[in-house]
Amino acid sequence: MHIGIDVGGTNTDAVLMDGTRTLTGIKHSTTADVTTGIIEAIEGLRSDHPFDDADIESVMIGTTHFINALVQAKRLAPTAALRLGLPATRALPPLVDWPQNLSEAIQAQVYLAHGGYEFDGRPISPLDPDELREHARDMAAHGIRSVAVSSVFSPVNHDLEVEAARIISEELGDDVAISLSHEIGRIGLLERENATIINAALRELASEIVDGLAAAVRKQGIDAPIYLSQNDGTLMDEEYVRRYPVATFASGPTNSMRGAALTSGLDTCAVVDVGGTTADIGLLINGFPRETANEVKVAGIRTNFRMPDVLSIGIGGGSIVDVETAEVGPESVGYRLTEEALVFGGSTLTATDIAVASGAASIGDPSKVAHLDPAFVQRVLSRIAERIAEAVDRMRTSPDPIPVVVVGGGSILLPDTLPLFGAVTRPENYAVANAIGASIAQVGGEIDKVYAFSAGEREAKIAEVRAEAVDLAVAAGAKPSTVSIIDFDEVPIPYLPGNATRIRAKAVGDLEMGA
Amino acid sequence: MSWTITADLIPDLARGAAVLGTGGGGDPYVGALLAAQALAEYGPVEVVSVDEVPADAVVVTAAMMGAPTVMVEKLPGIEEVARPVRELSEHYGAPITHIACAEVGGVNSTIPVVAAAALGLPLIDGDGMGRAFPELQMVLPTLDGIEASPLAYADEKGNVGVLRAVDNHWVERIARVAAVEMGCSIMISGFQMSGEQAARALVRDSLRTCLQIGRTITAAQDAKTDPVQATADLLGGRTLFSGKVVDVERKTNAGFARGTARLEAASAATDGTGEPDRLELSFQNEHLVARLGDQVMATTPDLIIVLDHDSGEPVTTEALRYGQRVSVLAAPADERWHSPEGIELVGPRYFGYDLDPHRFDGTVRLQEAGA
Repeated sequence: MHIGIDVGGTNTDAVLMDGTRTLTGIKHSTTADVTTGIIEAIEGLRSDHPFDDADIESVMIGTTHFINALVQAKRLAPTAALRLGLPATRALPPLVDWPQNLSEAIQAQVYLAHGGYEFDGRPISPLDPDELREHARDMAAHGIRSVAVSSVFSPVNHDLEVEAARIISEELGDDVAISLSHEIGRIGLLERENATIINAALRELASEIVDGLAAAVRKQGIDAPIYLSQNDGTLMDEEYVRRYPVATFASGPTNSMRGAALTSGLDTCAVVDVGGTTADIGLLINGFPRETANEVKVAGIRTNFRMPDVLSIGIGGGSIVDVETAEVGPESVGYRLTEEALVFGGSTLTATDIAVASGAASIGDPSKVAHLDPAFVQRVLSRIAERIAEAVDRMRTSPDPIPVVVVGGGSILLPDTLPLFGAVTRPENYAVANAIGASIAQVGGEIDKVYAFSAGEREAKIAEVRAEAVDLAVAAGAKPSTVSIIDFDEVPIPYLPGNATRIRAKAVGDLEMGA
Repeated sequence: MSWTITADLIPDLARGAAVLGTGGGGDPYVGALLAAQALAEYGPVEVVSVDEVPADAVVVTAAMMGAPTVMVEKLPGIEEVARPVRELSEHYGAPITHIACAEVGGVNSTIPVVAAAALGLPLIDGDGMGRAFPELQMVLPTLDGIEASPLAYADEKGNVGVLRAVDNHWVERIARVAAVEMGCSIMISGFQMSGEQAARALVRDSLRTCLQIGRTITAAQDAKTDPVQATADLLGGRTLFSGKVVDVERKTNAGFARGTARLEAASAATDGTGEPDRLELSFQNEHLVARLGDQVMATTPDLIIVLDHDSGEPVTTEALRYGQRVSVLAAPADERWHSPEGIELVGPRYFGYDLDPHRFDGTVRLQEAGA
């Protein structure tokens, strides 16, 4: 048996699972402190479905703590950004495009030093250890407690980041955490560096939260290992979270999509989550969310770490319906639905009123929408179905048919069949889908680097990269026999001569669970 | 009428430049950031129309040569942009008086802003292409007999060179090798011309056009009107097609991102076959040929522009992928590109497509020189 817990901004879901079978699930309001929420969740499960502590093999937790800390600019450590690349990149120093409140919140100190590589791996300039030591002493003088190290083209060669970290660590001591950009992001120096700085600023909080979570679970008498979900849906252990808290940022939507898929028995599908204001559409391929290829802004900062590609359109249960055109949204009454919607005695025509008028839902007082013209109601519903279908079509990566799973409170707006896609699936148990998503026990490893190789070396290079990804997955705790490459791509870099190619491979396997 | 570039104009300028980049030129983000930084450091840049440049002015272009993908990693510096211009000035023994854009698409619209700001020189509202092309000799000044040599180039390490070659094709070939050796992103300056030559050889009002395009798209987004049609109107072009990207095929070939993209219309064509219309785009960094079924709709040198169907944001060839809803526009290039010499330099056959050049409106008005 294992436990999945998803700590969201509003609700904390928890499930007790036996393999992929949900034994029980509960929902609580999220508490201000981590510990109490986890204790309440486990106690809730225990009272619904008593279990023996020793039978719990692992506890998986998804949390929004870290992204919230960044968005609220709270509990961030004083952080230094050290970039290796001089004499290149001087004009656009680290944090160049950050919102001021956040660079102040991390009490940022910025340093440029020699180092870095060209696109083909030749050095730009050698490291200057004295320069690094001087920077480190200045960091210490400014009370810096966490450092982000970035280096030009470190996805091609990361040696200098590692060496610079060693040198500054000698000056700063072991208490100052160091985050390296090649471990966090991909090509695109500013975006990778930004993600690394965010990670650095969260590392103290990460230790606090991991300690808190572990203490809460242990207090419940459970000795099983604890894992946290990351953006792509795979798990990381406690030690990994302490080092890479930023990898939890998008675990919310990911767990929700994976949970929806698992409860409907599908592993390649589109998931449409219709809430009060928006419908969020994502794609699962072999059980993992399709990730965005573009830069993603987090709290106003441009980053390029891998996030699930989610398309939000302004259609939800609270969306305002235009009585003339039958168009829906993007304006929504939001949380005021129970005051403003017609069925609740309000005066605004919302999508929920349309659902009630059509007989698809029975909420509030149906007599308040009895006057609506059935033809108009039908027109609104068709329009919603058409727009959702178009959005799903926009998200899919090939014309092949793909099943559509619809979830969320607003999914009453959708018909049982969608244009282009046919019948939709509505999973049961969806209320705790996030926790179910968190409980899926898989771990992975990923390589994303630029390689320059001659035409004859291509096959060998690809095989090498794939093997490296598999090794990483095994190192992360995957059962070797279950590991496979779930994602692979090879993109030539334009305008570059030769065959500079970015290769990305991701391997995933089932978590080796202790008995 | 002279005007001033300030940091607040940069986003619209960069967006307009990406539209005129016709799919090439890379992500404009870094170039825009560098321009904003240069303006903050050195103050606003004065922009003068080609008519305001004195006949005896000493004008040079400033540009980046290499791979925009490298620029997002090895970020360019302000000093290395200004350096080749200084070097040319030293080489001539006379001060440079004006900076011009060689190319108005992609990052090379913002690099000259950086040079002008850092050097305190006025920037000419004009460029050598009126769009983006991949090679250095592909500028109208080449047609006008203006030599790219001496061409100065610089990297961030302090390496500088001044190159004299027998013609502009040779400048491209030799400078390209230097660019690769120097890390695949170098800054160049050349094409020295007098004010009189600049007024004759350059495409007029390019920067103003970029700004207008950027503003038009922003305004259409804000007013929720159609940004695609507004852009087509502004450029005097037409919308060739609206539909979904159904296939993108890329090949690497000598450092160029060659490929084709297939688009499918949302509904069946009216020709009675019941099949939806399909548009095929052929690209080599930039979009070069658009075909609807068997019919050629437009080719280089006219502009083939891909915009996101809803937002009107330009889509680069690198970013094209299945499922995108896009509109494809064709717009007229500068008339001089349609001369026999212009077609020889940048027509479809130069890029390996055995086609007569088709204008943005689908017509063929000129046979290639010697054909």
